[in-house]
Amino acid sequence: MRELQLMKGNEAFAEAVIRAGADGYFGYPITPQSEVMEYLMAERTEVRTGMVTLQAESEIAAINMVYGGAACGKRVLTSSSSPGISLKQEGISYIAGAELPCLILNVARGGPGLGTIQPAQADYFQSTKGGGHGDYKLIVLAPASVQEMADFAGLGFDLAFKYRNPVLILSDGAIGQMMEKVELDEQKPRFTLEEIKKNTPWATVGKPKDRERNVITSLDLDPHKMEEHNHKLQEKYHRIEENEIRYEKLNCEDADYLFVAYGTSARICQKAMQLAREEGIKVGLMRLITLFPFPKKTIKELAAQVKGILCVEMSAGQMIEDVQLAAEGRVKISHFGRYGGMIHTPSEVVEALKLQIIKG
Amino acid sequence: MAAFVSNPEIVKEENLVYKRTGLLTPKALSYCPGCGHGTAHRVIMEVLEEMDIQSETIGVAPVGCSVLAYDFMDIDIQQAAHGRAPAVATAIKRLFPDKFVFTYQGDGDLAAIGAGETIHACNRGENFTIIFVNNGIYGMTGGQMAPTTLPGMRSSTSPFGRDTHSMGNPLKMTELVAQLPGTIYVTRQAVHTPGAVRKAKKAVRKAFENQKLNKGLSFVEIVSNCNSGWKMTPCQSIDWMVENILPYYTLGDIKVNSDK
Repeated sequence: MRELQLMKGNEAFAEAVIRAGADGYFGYPITPQSEVMEYLMAERTEVRTGMVTLQAESEIAAINMVYGGAACGKRVLTSSSSPGISLKQEGISYIAGAELPCLILNVARGGPGLGTIQPAQADYFQSTKGGGHGDYKLIVLAPASVQEMADFAGLGFDLAFKYRNPVLILSDGAIGQMMEKVELDEQKPRFTLEEIKKNTPWATVGKPKDRERNVITSLDLDPHKMEEHNHKLQEKYHRIEENEIRYEKLNCEDADYLFVAYGTSARICQKAMQLAREEGIKVGLMRLITLFPFPKKTIKELAAQVKGILCVEMSAGQMIEDVQLAAEGRVKISHFGRYGGMIHTPSEVVEALKLQIIKG
Repeated sequence: MAAFVSNPEIVKEENLVYKRTGLLTPKALSYCPGCGHGTAHRVIMEVLEEMDIQSETIGVAPVGCSVLAYDFMDIDIQQAAHGRAPAVATAIKRLFPDKFVFTYQGDGDLAAIGAGETIHACNRGENFTIIFVNNGIYGMTGGQMAPTTLPGMRSSTSPFGRDTHSMGNPLKMTELVAQLPGTIYVTRQAVHTPGAVRKAKKAVRKAFENQKLNKGLSFVEIVSNCNSGWKMTPCQSIDWMVENILPYYTLGDIKVNSDK
């Protein structure tokens, strides 16, 4: 039984997080994501499920609280928006290095610097190429609706624990702020101490006399061991690439042209696709749901089928680099997008398709 | 000598005057000979052993000389990013309110890069224990100036002595956090004499016992020597510490289980 509600993306995420059995949220206010913590505080999570909600003194403190909680085997998360996510990068690198499961939400806004508070998709590189120092990857989920803001909370925790890896939900100010109907899952119980000990035997819960101590660290001064650890991480990322790719193909069967997009841009492309088809232009949409792992194989196949690909993103062109790599030069690929907080209209996208791909 | 040590006539339970602390791992300490860290580790582990709370304790190690504290302390322990141990410990204690949680931090970690996390964890009255080892220098990275370095004191980044006009004054974090209503117990101790070690151990014990009261943060500074960083022999460094550091960082309780 799923419950139907009308909610903002940020609120739907917050509600879904409670229902996913989260143990702790640690955040710092920043527009356009502050509703997440506001909602959790208003819900009195400590009374409702026992979940800790704490306003930290900085984004840096918040992500390190996530480190501490995750290392205890708890379901913990933080949320922020682009400048705040930049501040968290050191902590995220430690979490990835120490192989801790956690959830991070980025309700992205225009940059660089303090930028603007309007939506943007200019954090793609930061999200998918590591973001902080060292060789690591996050599992990156890109919601395109309020429903997915809710659904990816539970999915994010599941993937994080399955792979002992941080999961980033890369949303943006449009999806965070807009209201849509959303179906919510039923309340899941929080982990019991027994479950933590059983499911995450590496967690620091206090050392009984009959087991070795559990140490959570990303440090090894011996480079041989550190290289070995890195091999292990790379092997894990490879497994993630094999098993966790998610995407949605719309009208691709007969398509002569293809939009590749995620999140807000994918929704705009859906309308643009409709407008183009009304004019007789057969265009399909490849909507990415996981940005890492990236659906290289599917893009490669589609590149062999269509006459041209338009990558639509609210950035100066970031995702396009992965599309170009996957397409291996098979087809003309071009970027279109407004950025710095501006959002393209469906007709702008259709115009770009005509100018840059069909005529170009 | 070996024969003497293993002589069954001598090695008997009733002749035992000292043994390695049970909760220290067998691994040899990586600290420089003469450094106070080893004693500080021992004091904490003795307290945990005597309170019989090994299975209920989670520690947080910092970045700095004691980054490898997790190699020596036989407890579940997390290594935190530089300065962030109080944030890490905040989450652990909030999520496991019945466990004993402590951070072990040096002066660079706690008073420079982690000053914000320290002040805010203290101000929120987080119910864990901070052990703050202050030796007035960055030891691990090679003897650079710390926020606690004394005026005129030489370091590799203040080679002509700390000039307070351009480099600021030494920061008394312990006095600072004592001002905050969130701290319940704030004290400054040392481990340079047997008497000081006994007092430090008493303070550490109180700081852990306090967690049962759930009334705020207990903060124990341990002033230590850094003979390597100070470019002295261990004995010289102790004398220098007594003559120069202790008059500035005076030992004793600053706040004792105050509700204010």
